[in-house]
Amino acid sequence: MNTTCDVAIVGGGPAGLGAALELSKLGLRRVVVLERFGEAGGIPRHCGHPPFGMREFKRVLSGPAYARRLVQAAEDAGVEIRTDTTVTAIRPGGVLELATTAGAQTLTARRVLIATGNRERTRAQLLAPGVRPVGVMNTGALQSMVYLEGKRPFSRPVIVGTEIVALSALLTCRRHGIKPVAMVETRDRPQTRRIDMMLARLMGVPVLAGAEILAIEGRPRVEALRLRHKGEERRLDCDGIVFSGRFTPEATVARQSDLALDAGTLGPEIDADGRSSDPQVFVAGNVLHPVETAGHCWAEGRRAAQTIFRDLRKTPKLGAGARIVPGAGLRYVVPQRLGAGSAATLNIRTDGAVRGRVVLSDASGRELAARSVRSYPEQPVRLSVPALDSAALAGDLTLRLDRKD
Amino acid sequence: MADFSAEMDVAIIGAGVVGCAMARRFALEGARVCVLEAAPDILSGASKANSAILHTGFDAPPGSLELSCMQDAYDEYMEIREAMNLPVLETGAMVAAWTEDEEARLPDLLAQAQGNGVTDTRIISRDEALAREPALAGHVRGALLVPREHVIDPWSAPLAYATQAKALGAEFRFNAPLTGARRDGDTWQLETGAGSLMAKTVVNCAGLYGDKVEEILTGTPSFEIRPRKGQFVVFDKAASQHLRTILLPVPNERTKGVVLTRTAFGNLLVGPTAEEQEARDRPDVTTPELEMLISKAVELVPALQDMPVTAVYAGLRPASERKEYRVHADADLGYYCAGGIRSTGLTAALGIARHVFALWSESHSLAWSKPNDSMAPSMPNLAEHLPRDYQIPGHDGIVCHCEMVTAREIRAAFDSQLPPGDFGGLRRRTRCAMGRCQGFNCLGRIASLAEGKLRTPILPEDAS
Repeated sequence: MNTTCDVAIVGGGPAGLGAALELSKLGLRRVVVLERFGEAGGIPRHCGHPPFGMREFKRVLSGPAYARRLVQAAEDAGVEIRTDTTVTAIRPGGVLELATTAGAQTLTARRVLIATGNRERTRAQLLAPGVRPVGVMNTGALQSMVYLEGKRPFSRPVIVGTEIVALSALLTCRRHGIKPVAMVETRDRPQTRRIDMMLARLMGVPVLAGAEILAIEGRPRVEALRLRHKGEERRLDCDGIVFSGRFTPEATVARQSDLALDAGTLGPEIDADGRSSDPQVFVAGNVLHPVETAGHCWAEGRRAAQTIFRDLRKTPKLGAGARIVPGAGLRYVVPQRLGAGSAATLNIRTDGAVRGRVVLSDASGRELAARSVRSYPEQPVRLSVPALDSAALAGDLTLRLDRKD
Repeated sequence: MADFSAEMDVAIIGAGVVGCAMARRFALEGARVCVLEAAPDILSGASKANSAILHTGFDAPPGSLELSCMQDAYDEYMEIREAMNLPVLETGAMVAAWTEDEEARLPDLLAQAQGNGVTDTRIISRDEALAREPALAGHVRGALLVPREHVIDPWSAPLAYATQAKALGAEFRFNAPLTGARRDGDTWQLETGAGSLMAKTVVNCAGLYGDKVEEILTGTPSFEIRPRKGQFVVFDKAASQHLRTILLPVPNERTKGVVLTRTAFGNLLVGPTAEEQEARDRPDVTTPELEMLISKAVELVPALQDMPVTAVYAGLRPASERKEYRVHADADLGYYCAGGIRSTGLTAALGIARHVFALWSESHSLAWSKPNDSMAPSMPNLAEHLPRDYQIPGHDGIVCHCEMVTAREIRAAFDSQLPPGDFGGLRRRTRCAMGRCQGFNCLGRIASLAEGKLRTPILPEDAS
């Protein structure tokens, strides 16, 4: 087995496979995707419902069909996909430490792309109160059970959360004869557009927003979720609880490799080229910005591939660039740094629904880019920034939100 | 319901850490042992949640049974741990003083430690404390250093004791709560949720139900269990780089206070709280207390700010109305009790077992013949500082990536002498789904691997 390659891609989901395909199309011969599971494809593998694939294949596919096509396209283009291969750390110089079924190995790459995706926060990370019975899980676990293993973990769960993925949980339930008891949102309003929340109404699932979770009950299995809603205590009898959304980056490799992390996203910090604090290591996909669609991640992987391809042909411009400091009401911005030379698009998340204007300005207070915003809570906000001159990059850049609500 | 085949020498009620150590001790002495456990697996009560520290007894009450049990057990653990492949993370501990008052109490603590025979303790200055632990908050004023306080694997150790007992012929009965008992001449007739049993001697190791079991056996319990809840927060493995030494507070009357310690599994742990409650079966986590623990950890080690949380849990300590262990014997009745083992049980269990056996020996001339072979098992290693299974070729793939648990390890747990009885037991034996994602990625696969193999299944019966 080769111990060197041009580009090693950590993670075989939409971003990683999109990047691998593009690098092969650009003519790179030795592109290796390192996938820790037995099969590449990422999270779409266990989202057994449409819509996936509009952007990539111009048709509507289910998650597993979409994942298979991504894998096939990459393999047809000559990409080597190593499954059951876990990257435990990336050392300076592009050295990857691997755990495989044959034991420990290393792989040295001229460039590395981290595309490890994200996952939902658990009840533990949300500090949700109560006892700890069997039957409390994330959407990801529910879907891996029903779509990958053909098992139904419960028949009348409560779904906590109202982000897009909660609708995916609803669809999963509908297809498998599972009847959710309620959707519970601890924030004061549903996190997706009204039209998306219609699905809950169509399925006859009540949505309780602004609820406070008092306790998870039951032993050994879940029996109820106790909560306070509109000033009243309620007990929702159920046999499962799905904690959905509140995504967080799967940033373990980045953390273990001592890459700089961003306090807003908890993922790696990057510049406008997608480069991390290690100049040989790039990052793409949901590990940067929980959470975007598979199609978005795939496109971002392809763009990262183009940057990496250019980077391999020339001496890279080093220098970290100017840091963007997000202000009040802004949860995060990606990239976290901008350098001179080329235009960029900032990917921004606000704290909750907002109306107003986001403004990027330089240390002297000069406005560099701005746009009006009217977002629902979990909506990505994108801000185009023109190529900046060195004066603009002399100090920290400030990103602020002027609210109008 | 099937009755057990033959009369036992010793019936042990409860398969927590004390019951497991008790079973091992009596089996090593040649007794025919049966362990009755109310839950589907060992370590399902107080023993499933603790801070995993092997204590020296430096701050135990001088002259107490607790102290001698801890110190005997410490030595025995160190003797047997190599043969059993049980890890010790040699961390040492610092009782850190953060206020003038606390600093003023360090000399008393030192004197107590020296008096308890822990003679390698010493007071270190603020500078030495910070040199040893650079991530400590700057307002530390000094500390008592206890070099031999260490971290162990809190589940593999008692599992090893139980496995050894099993290999020596002990029986384990699960889902078998004691429901009735009658002394008939020199024999106990025990009724359980899973059949009846005859035994000459009963040892009460029932933890949180110790007083209830004593009531069934003797009619009047001599002590009262008052559960004391302890909540814990486990930080991401990245946190463990910020602290090597166990960080203890200057203790107060009620509790050892909030501890910050690495775990054998490479995490960093903060806890416990000390909350008295009535319920013996409600180890609830509560948001304000968890938030308090996190802010306490950040206060002591500021680098923990924004550190992701991996897990939270709560345990109930079987405290009683008095501070000391409630160990007593009635030789005529064939009744021995190891009750009220409130917070040092993980350390002291081997010593408590020795002590109870010594009490038994006082009134019995030994009729049993000791086994020739001690049948000490070699346990699978789960500790992060030692080689793990995933590093050994041929493991058939990693199932849980957060904790790097292989399919081979999970299969081995099911093929072991004491296979897991529920999902919690599987987690404790392998660490699967114990990590950052808590099963987001692996729960489906684990449920499939475990299908048909657990007394309490992961999936409901109509799952397929």
